[in-house]
Amino acid sequence: MSFLDSFFNKKRPATSSNVARDRLQILLAHERQAQAGGDSTLLRTLHAEILEVLARHVSVDEDNVRVKLDRGQKCSKLEIDIQVPQSGLRAQVSTVTPNDEL
Amino acid sequence: MAKIVVVTSGKGGVGKTTTTAALGAALARSGQNVAVVDFDVGLRNLDLIMGVERRVVFDLINVIQGEATLTQALIRDKRCETLSILPASQTRDKDALTADGVARVMQELQERFDWILCDSPAGIERGAQLAMHHADHAVIVTNPEVSSVRDSDRIIGMLDSQTARAKQGETVEKHLLVTRYDPSRAARGEMLSVEDVVGILSLPLLGVVPESEDVLKASNVGAPVTLASPESAPAAAYFEAVERLKGKDIPVNIPTEKRGLFDRIFKKRGS
Repeated sequence: MSFLDSFFNKKRPATSSNVARDRLQILLAHERQAQAGGDSTLLRTLHAEILEVLARHVSVDEDNVRVKLDRGQKCSKLEIDIQVPQSGLRAQVSTVTPNDEL
Repeated sequence: MAKIVVVTSGKGGVGKTTTTAALGAALARSGQNVAVVDFDVGLRNLDLIMGVERRVVFDLINVIQGEATLTQALIRDKRCETLSILPASQTRDKDALTADGVARVMQELQERFDWILCDSPAGIERGAQLAMHHADHAVIVTNPEVSSVRDSDRIIGMLDSQTARAKQGETVEKHLLVTRYDPSRAARGEMLSVEDVVGILSLPLLGVVPESEDVLKASNVGAPVTLASPESAPAAAYFEAVERLKGKDIPVNIPTEKRGLFDRIFKKRGS
């Protein structure tokens, strides 16, 4: 398609206004996310409490827990990304349920 | 119940005060009872743009602090008797603007007027937050320029999260007003087009006010552009905007390039 587009000269010309629009779209996408994440008390609380629950069962590094909130018009998305080290999981699980095959 | 409209932008110098004066006068001309309120404590200018600077005795802060009544502080426009202005204080500190005080003044204004237009100060600080707090509608004034669009986006975020309506789970009705638009520069690709700005901010368009000499001329003589030169292109855009603000569904007139046949034949469209 890009070949056809360029053939028919349909590609957006590199005018300064197009550059302005592209820059704004990229910048605002970032800033809107930061703004939504600006609900920092909620996120900090979630982060701390998730860590607390996890710490009872597995050992995770604080830096390996990421909590992200995307605010949308109709619905928001809460993303929780936890990296659990293999060793941490095995060691802890075996002590909690020693007789289990898990 | 009176409708409260905040005229806001984040960025300074985009035309908030010009817009407040022009919309206020246009609404008043259509028979509505209108109060325009200057929230820019310490840097008031609405009085100057409206041409009432020599009639200011009391101001918003005096009313908030109980040193004057609202009736004493309101200045009635001599050209348009249904239009009143409540000036901001020039000498006081902006900390004198309290949330409770503003709420009381707004309530009292609502009992007397059909429309209350709040001219927000630039920035995102307390003054701007208090100006938008009670708003039912927001007019977001934006120039087709990157820093103005970015600041408008920030203000939209605040309208959605920090106003009284937002806190009650309702929304402030937001309208985009593009000002200082130069259609020929937009056509040449030197200025963000109206479609670009609308696309980026995704707000319904209240109007497009073209860049025009008439705006400066009107402020020189201390008259809203809708009263000073009602036949001019910017005034026409403001009159249309008022109809839309009242809920009328009319198409937005987007200024187009005025080029003669000669120009069209001999001038190439550059980039």
